[in-house]
Amino acid sequence: MEPTSFVVFLSSVLFVIGALGVLLRRNALMIFMSIELMLNAANLAFVAFAQRWAQLAGQVFVFFVMTVAAAEVAVGLALIVTIFRTKRSTSVDELAQLRG
Amino acid sequence: MTDWIVLGLLGVLSVASALGLLLSRNAIYAALFLVLNFVIGAVIYLVLNAPFLAVVQISVYAGAIMVLFIFVIMLLGAERLTPAENPPGLNYQRPLALILGVLALGLAAYVLLTRQASAAPVAQSVDASPTAVGLQLFRNYVFPFEVVALLLLAAMVGAVVLTRKTE
Amino acid sequence: MTLLIVSPILFPLLGMLINALFGQRMRERVVGWVASFAVIAAFAASVVLFVQLSQSHGEPLRLTLAPWITAGALNVAWGFLVDPLSAVMMLIVTGVGALIHIYSIGYMHGDPRFARYFVYLNLFVAAMLVLVMADNFLVLFVGWELVGLCSYLLIGFWFQDVKNAAAGRKAFVVNRIGDVGFVLGMLLIFATFGTLDFETVFAQVKVRGESLAAVASLITLLLFIGATGKSAQIPLFVWLPDAMAGPTPVSALIHAATMVTAGVYMMSRAHVLFELAPTTQALIALVGAITALVAGSSALRQVDIKKVLAYSTVSQLGFMVAAAGLGAYVAALFHLLTHAFFKALLFLGAGSVIHAMHAAHGDVDPQDMRAMGGLAKRMPFTFLTFVIGGLALAGLPPLAGFFSKDEVLLAAFADNPLVFVLLGITAAFTALYVGRQIVLVFLGEPRSANAAHAHESPAIMTMPLAVLALLTLAGGAINLPGGGWLHHWLEPVLHEAAKPLNVGLALVFTLIALGALALAWVWYRDAQRARLEVESALGRFLLSAWHIDAVYHATVLRAFYTLSTICSQLIDIGLIDAAVNAVGRSARAAADQLRAAQSGFVRNYGLLMFLGVIVLVVYFVVVR
Repeated sequence: MEPTSFVVFLSSVLFVIGALGVLLRRNALMIFMSIELMLNAANLAFVAFAQRWAQLAGQVFVFFVMTVAAAEVAVGLALIVTIFRTKRSTSVDELAQLRG
Repeated sequence: MTDWIVLGLLGVLSVASALGLLLSRNAIYAALFLVLNFVIGAVIYLVLNAPFLAVVQISVYAGAIMVLFIFVIMLLGAERLTPAENPPGLNYQRPLALILGVLALGLAAYVLLTRQASAAPVAQSVDASPTAVGLQLFRNYVFPFEVVALLLLAAMVGAVVLTRKTE
Repeated sequence: MTLLIVSPILFPLLGMLINALFGQRMRERVVGWVASFAVIAAFAASVVLFVQLSQSHGEPLRLTLAPWITAGALNVAWGFLVDPLSAVMMLIVTGVGALIHIYSIGYMHGDPRFARYFVYLNLFVAAMLVLVMADNFLVLFVGWELVGLCSYLLIGFWFQDVKNAAAGRKAFVVNRIGDVGFVLGMLLIFATFGTLDFETVFAQVKVRGESLAAVASLITLLLFIGATGKSAQIPLFVWLPDAMAGPTPVSALIHAATMVTAGVYMMSRAHVLFELAPTTQALIALVGAITALVAGSSALRQVDIKKVLAYSTVSQLGFMVAAAGLGAYVAALFHLLTHAFFKALLFLGAGSVIHAMHAAHGDVDPQDMRAMGGLAKRMPFTFLTFVIGGLALAGLPPLAGFFSKDEVLLAAFADNPLVFVLLGITAAFTALYVGRQIVLVFLGEPRSANAAHAHESPAIMTMPLAVLALLTLAGGAINLPGGGWLHHWLEPVLHEAAKPLNVGLALVFTLIALGALALAWVWYRDAQRARLEVESALGRFLLSAWHIDAVYHATVLRAFYTLSTICSQLIDIGLIDAAVNAVGRSARAAADQLRAAQSGFVRNYGLLMFLGVIVLVVYFVVVR
């Protein structure tokens, strides 16, 4: 087994843990943090492959993912704050008005 | 051999902190576990010859973003999480999610064990210093770089507009 | 020169455009005079063309404006033709048309859709000119359909009343039945001759002669079906009495003087074909005569002032058609011309009476003759002109109607005793109903408040009456017996020999007419009779025009309604709607089941996404 394989496996484990966080937690902030974890897991895979093939492109891509994640956090937290103002809650289960 | 020990230790720590995030009842603890996870990630980046990203990971992720999270958690007073009570219609959510998670892990293990890693020779490691990354960014990725700048501006304006009190 | 030939058509079109675009914003008078001057200009252009034509001794003027349909062997152009026949028609259409336009300015005063009325009227004149100036069957058909459209629009002009709208629809539908015959006739002409141009078709007929007899019978029969629709002959005359729902000037222009004569004009235009088919001609003469008798007798018991004139029109059209069937085309056209004068005069006179009855406030139907009486003193000018028109219709010398009717009767006397007898009886009826109408409307004492307070109409309405009265007085002079001017003028087109005057015949019919008028005076001096006679069985029979409408209802319409009911209830609702509704219901039922998937919980959606991702990964990693 190579180090790259190990890191990619680690990355997929972290990704699944993040996904479970999204699916199991009700708090919008917790869900959000789990999403960050998933993004980070993807970054890890990028860096591992960049190292394996000696390509800087992978690292540059991680850089862009980070900036997009930062933008996402800014908007997402603003949304959560706004929703909290009207709903007095951060539970996503209460935002079910689109029920069919 | 020492590489393997270091990597294995980091992996175990990383998974443990992620599980801590998943399982903690308190949002602040969860955020701190995430910070820990990010720091460990930064160390793995260093091992994988990505010093620039390691530094950015610490400053942007573990620093700026997580500070923002903790700030919002405290602002809203939402750190004490009520135990999960599934509303009707979400009864099967938890078992199904767990089954799917196990399934996904199984898939990852299956790939790890059955697929041969590429036989291509490992390339000479490249120069991944901040200078080299910066040159790469400004030579080959100027346009995406500018677009990202715009994106950040838009996110900033969006955040301001969203949180403004309606008059 | 080229523009001059089509200018009679272009002027009314221009007037129509101006009124259609700006009529809403212009004053009533301006709208009316724009439309009237457009027709007057068309009349002037027609006169110029007429003079040119007489200088060239009847050599026709032709103009091909543009090609229209060029498909294989079929070549149709926007071709126009001014020959002696169309020139006469153009003068009638634009001359009488101009007078009626002017009259309408007074009659339609204050109508909320004043401008629209004149738009339709201008369009009608243009369409009628297309009809008479066409140099092939298809362009003629274009005019034929356009005048039908205008007729429909103007009959239903006051569409707020459902009765009027229904009358317009009836006219439209009945005319379409005739048009089917006309179109089939046209197709057969094309199949036989390979062209629709009048000149080529008629030249070929002359060359091929008798060999065409069989197909010519069929063609002429089909064309005649078209004529029965447009010229209101049995069996399709039922629309014309109902068409009186339109404004009275429209009845005068379209449903008496011009459009309804289109069938007679068409038969004269295609006389070469008709002469090849003696069987059809005999049928046409008979249909015309029977129509004349049925309509003439129906006019005897009408109580509506316009309905009398409507049935009279059908009856007189029967005279023209019978004349055409007898091959006396000059007589038919002569009667068409004089009828245009005196029937327009009568209608406008009736319009003047209705206008007066309507303006004087009272509670009776302004068209019911039983409520009139004594109007001679209150409307002396209308009375005078109406009597002139009425006596011309009755056929008293020396008025225009005497000469033309005499020619028709003369032709029947020579050729067809049965037709002669029918037309002779009708002539007596004609004088009787004219006398009845004059006595009931103008003589005696007023029988309602409206009649007692009626006033003479304004000058803009009486001036056209005066002009038409003069034409009625002198119109007979253009074709004095024994080969008058009209005979010579139409010679290049119709090649018809003139017949000498039969003094005995003329004398007999003059005496019959005088006798019938006297009888009318004796009978109807006391209006009580008019009131009672409608009640009797015979009265009802004649009032409803021999119950023909009822017969149509019981047979054709009932069958049609049954078929429609089957189609709508069984096929449409039972089959098609049911299938469509079933599709809709199944979609709704499926949606009712599937909407449960939309739980509204974000986590739920996330779970399904995760499931999808895993399925995809399994597919890519394990299966492939």
